[in-house]
Amino acid sequence: MNEMIITNVAYYNDAAGNQDSIKATIEGVEMSIPLDPVNRHYAEIMRQVEAGELTIEDAD
Amino acid sequence: MALSKILPASQEQYVGSRNLIINGNMTCSQRGTQATGITTTGFRTVDRFRTSLSTLGTWTEDQATDAPDGFSNSFKLTCTTADASPAAGDIAYIRYMFEGNELQMLSYGTSSAKAMTLSFWVKSNKTGSATVQLLQNDNSAKNISPSYTISSANTWEYQTVSIPADTAGNIDNDNGPAVALIWYLNSGSNYSSGTTRTTWTAYSATDSNPANLGVGGATSDYFQITGVQLEVGNATPFEHEPFSVTLQKCQRYYCTTGTSAGYSVPTNIGPYGYMLAPMSFPVEMRSAPSMTNTSFANAGTGSYHGGFQSITTYRYVHEMRNSGGSNLYGQTINTADAEL
Repeated sequence: MNEMIITNVAYYNDAAGNQDSIKATIEGVEMSIPLDPVNRHYAEIMRQVEAGELTIEDAD
Repeated sequence: MALSKILPASQEQYVGSRNLIINGNMTCSQRGTQATGITTTGFRTVDRFRTSLSTLGTWTEDQATDAPDGFSNSFKLTCTTADASPAAGDIAYIRYMFEGNELQMLSYGTSSAKAMTLSFWVKSNKTGSATVQLLQNDNSAKNISPSYTISSANTWEYQTVSIPADTAGNIDNDNGPAVALIWYLNSGSNYSSGTTRTTWTAYSATDSNPANLGVGGATSDYFQITGVQLEVGNATPFEHEPFSVTLQKCQRYYCTTGTSAGYSVPTNIGPYGYMLAPMSFPVEMRSAPSMTNTSFANAGTGSYHGGFQSITTYRYVHEMRNSGGSNLYGQTINTADAEL
């Protein structure tokens, strides 16, 4: 089962154009999520991506 | 020093902070005191304790003020929509997760591994056998699932459960999820058709909740706990500590910080304003947290630009837009979530 309902997932780039964080809506709440494997939200996003259940959009 | 002041070896466990659980008396509840209509997994009220659900009823979660003598709060789940016949994969439980670096004193994976005792107060309208489970994330979910018994309905009862040492399972010395402590309320056959495990053994889902209490089979079923203590050796009285100490421990995993930035943007410079809002966390967090920004006023139709977060600070840009005519200002509440 998916532990979190995750939608609207996109990378956010810093001023230099490097991927800096992920913006996502988790359980209805918009969050800024660090690219850190021990962050539980990031870990769950990547798990769902690897399972083919979620796609991370490029930064605007 | 007088010899009478020296503790015998058998009382070594009494020295220092002996309770491995943070917020075991359920006094710290930074997210709120009640959440209703719960059908999914999440942290909602009492810090560090997570409700975990998969299609098993609808619940209200409370930081309740009903508690046994010596305590002021408890963690309570009340069923508002029942599931009388859970499907095989349905499940409901309360989970507490330890970081690996919190458990190194257990010396797991060595011949010096320590046995522990879990103690807690529990109250429910349901009686009979129930299951707690400890599950090692670092060792392919190696686990034990001992049972305890609730003898009287609607009565606070004190429980103690022995946790044997594990001489074969290393716990990584890091800030990742290491060991989960679980109180099962109910589950389907995928988790309940096996047998109780009183020694550390390889994971088998069916042995997770063999003594199934069945909370949530009827509307108004409830389950509440407090005074949770996990310690090396035998059970001792609950280790009370000042609330400020508990709060600081909890803030390693979650904190809320208001940023009353008060940046006024003169309209004569245009319809845009940018609020740069750095914040420092009250304590160093477990890991770089997920950030949520809410509650800003008179900020036009702005939006947040994700920033940079570390274990100590967060920086972000709040872009405020206005069609003109009035100044803009922002007042933001940020939450930082580094829970396990």
